Amino acid sequence: MNGIAARSENYLNVDYRVRSWLSTTDHKRIGVLYLLSLTFFFLVGGVFAVLMRLELLTPAGDLVQPDTYNKLFTMHGIVMVFFFLVPSIPAVFGNFLLPLMIGAKDVAFPRLNLASWYIFMLGGLFTLGAILTGGVDTGWTFYPPYSSVYAHTRVMSAAAGVFIMGFSSILTGINFIVTTHTMRAPGLTWMRLPLFVWSLYATAVILVLGTPALTIALSLIGVERLFGVGIFNPALGGDPLLFQHLFWFYSHPAVYVMILPGMGVQSEIVCHFARMRPYGYKFIAGASLAIAGLGFLVWGHHMFVSGQSAYASMIFSILTFLVAIPSAVKVFAWTATFYRGSISYDTPMLYAFSFIGLFTIGGLTGLFLGSLAVDVHVHDTYFVVAHFHYIMVGGMVMSFLGAMHYWWPKMTGRMYSEAWGRLSALIVFVGFNLTFFPQFVLGYLGMPRRYHAYPSEFQVLHVMSTAGASILGVGFLLPLGYLLWSLKYGPRAGSNPWNLNSLEWQTPSPPPPHNFKETPVIVDEPYGYPVKEGA
Amino acid sequence: MTEVRAAVPIQFDDPAQQREAAALGMWVFLAAEIVFFGGALVCYAAAGWVHGREFALASNDSNLVLGAVNTGVLLTSSWTMALAVHAGRAARRRRLLLFLGGTALLGTVFLVLKGLEYREDWLHQLVPGRSFARSPVAQLYFTFYFILTGIHALHLIVGIGLMAALAVLAARTREPLSGLNLFENAGLYWHFVDIVWIFLFPLLYLRGRHG
Amino acid sequence: MAEPPAEPTSTRLYFHVYLGLLALAVVTTAVAFADLGRFSMVVALAIASMKTGLVLLYFMHVRFGSGIVRVFAGAGFFFLLILGALTLGDVVTREWMEIPVPR
Repeated sequence: MNGIAARSENYLNVDYRVRSWLSTTDHKRIGVLYLLSLTFFFLVGGVFAVLMRLELLTPAGDLVQPDTYNKLFTMHGIVMVFFFLVPSIPAVFGNFLLPLMIGAKDVAFPRLNLASWYIFMLGGLFTLGAILTGGVDTGWTFYPPYSSVYAHTRVMSAAAGVFIMGFSSILTGINFIVTTHTMRAPGLTWMRLPLFVWSLYATAVILVLGTPALTIALSLIGVERLFGVGIFNPALGGDPLLFQHLFWFYSHPAVYVMILPGMGVQSEIVCHFARMRPYGYKFIAGASLAIAGLGFLVWGHHMFVSGQSAYASMIFSILTFLVAIPSAVKVFAWTATFYRGSISYDTPMLYAFSFIGLFTIGGLTGLFLGSLAVDVHVHDTYFVVAHFHYIMVGGMVMSFLGAMHYWWPKMTGRMYSEAWGRLSALIVFVGFNLTFFPQFVLGYLGMPRRYHAYPSEFQVLHVMSTAGASILGVGFLLPLGYLLWSLKYGPRAGSNPWNLNSLEWQTPSPPPPHNFKETPVIVDEPYGYPVKEGA
Repeated sequence: MTEVRAAVPIQFDDPAQQREAAALGMWVFLAAEIVFFGGALVCYAAAGWVHGREFALASNDSNLVLGAVNTGVLLTSSWTMALAVHAGRAARRRRLLLFLGGTALLGTVFLVLKGLEYREDWLHQLVPGRSFARSPVAQLYFTFYFILTGIHALHLIVGIGLMAALAVLAARTREPLSGLNLFENAGLYWHFVDIVWIFLFPLLYLRGRHG
Repeated sequence: MAEPPAEPTSTRLYFHVYLGLLALAVVTTAVAFADLGRFSMVVALAIASMKTGLVLLYFMHVRFGSGIVRVFAGAGFFFLLILGALTLGDVVTREWMEIPVPR
């Protein structure tokens, strides 16, 4: 490739040594580090999923021992929730884009940012250690007294891994909150922020205020296990529900951590790829905050059949219905944004379409689960499993892939193959629905979750689900292939290959180390559409 | 008198922005800490509701004198910390060092007294475990007692270490003291640890003291 | 929003706050020996809250700080209140309604 003048300095080529990467304080590099780590953990979690689905092809428990199966679903959950979904979009795209979107040179605390990644990796190390030295079988929910008294598996190591990862979340949250408050470029008022920034901010608030509950919950499990005391052990005067209250006080808001950034990405892609201003910008921004706030009030809906007070259950049920409202507001807003838009069917937009439909199904089934009487029947069945996979995979992972494709040219300076992108999006959509829709039916018919053997009348649905999982797997692996391929052979992308208005596209791809040559001054909103093509 | 301006890190525009960011960051962190300690306290409160009478009885075995003295010690240390931060802003190096040292000293006194208390509890067989000498519910009470005061003590140890490090920094730095945010933020942390004790004292020591 | 009051220039304020804290500590210890029945804990927590308020407002400068600092100072307590209220709400009302168990 001769004839190209010496390439200008960007965050990738400024220093090629490994040492420079491991000691970087550049938020863009840290985002890439997280991307590498998260891809690894996604594959690890995926392996457990494959094994589970293989076991479930036949009614008999004939692939693995029952105890092994318990370990498989536990570790699938722990790795996917804590080491992929919770960090996912914030740690990768939030880190990369937040300063770019607000016109800053970096986040408020760059060294703390790097520390977050190292802490994340340390937590991952403990968890991998648990996996490799025998596994853990308590369920990703670590309920006592099984986890604190009876389990003979690597509970301490796994709990330590998650405990440590929690600090990474908290530090990222602190960084995002302070950065958004104090480092916006001149003229960038809150109402001119991209909607992605609003969603990151709401996510950061949840991370900071919710994660400590998990921290103390796991600490107490550790103390119980180590010293044989009985805070959660009924035999010693304790109450196992106290753990569940602490655990779900974090873990329910955590599911909003796992969807809000996806919704933020969704807002960006819908507006930009339909060349339309968002319908109801203030409603979408406010809905992000409402989801974060209301999300803290509903955790007891995970405990309807636990022995919790019936009155508490009723209150939690009503609050659960309330929290669905801001999510619905967003879905209506995105749909309305499409109206009269100039829609381009690029890969990011295909993922956005998937998101809207699949998230809606997931969200509505959440309302079924939030109804006390219905939940008594479907709690701990595959209905729940299908519900949360529709949100987390049908919602969040679709957004992650959409974001991956949307911002790939910005992060790497290369364009991926649009044909392969669209094919993969289609395969993922088909595979996903084939995997998880049958699970709604299975759950409704009574198939319990966390079981590896089942009555033969459920087999057809399970086989469909496993077949779908194979297709889904292909759909996930394809991007790994063609995106990596594009790094070397893809066409070079300019600073604004999609021809868009927002701030991150007004600087070269890949961006220089400190993002902008001069601090930008903002005079207008980021979605100044509609613009005519080529204007 | 020429003012020596400290260089701000590249991501900040000016020292005022840096100061604002540092303070907000510390407060957000403290909000997280409130939920952390609070979670443990909620468990204690729930257990206390269910086992009210027995918890009150067990609480009488805690050493009220040491607990009260420790409360005074920690409140005083908060006062010296506030004075230290004030001295830092006024760029009075010797006073800053004096009060930082005083704060660290008082924190250490607290830990020593706590240690004496723990030792006494051990001798009276009040430490949960095989040798615990009272009822199972009393053991639950003391489980909470040791967890809550233990986590508090860990935070205090970190705080004392912080004071020591800051004292070294204050003694050696050539940058203007008034521009450094570290003392203010360390102060916020120290006061937070004090606030935790302000709640722990009545919750753990003052139950069932009447008749 | 109006400018918050400036940080104190003399240390006298801190001394007064300290005296107030000591006084409240004495009060709470003394009151513990009075027979207030179920209100003992309420009173103790009220006094602890007053002491906390003094430390927050004056030692931690919330009185002199910007609005957003006050928001986050309050946010931690607010969400802790939610955790406490709904968890204790469950524990306290658990016995109020018998949940039928299938035989």
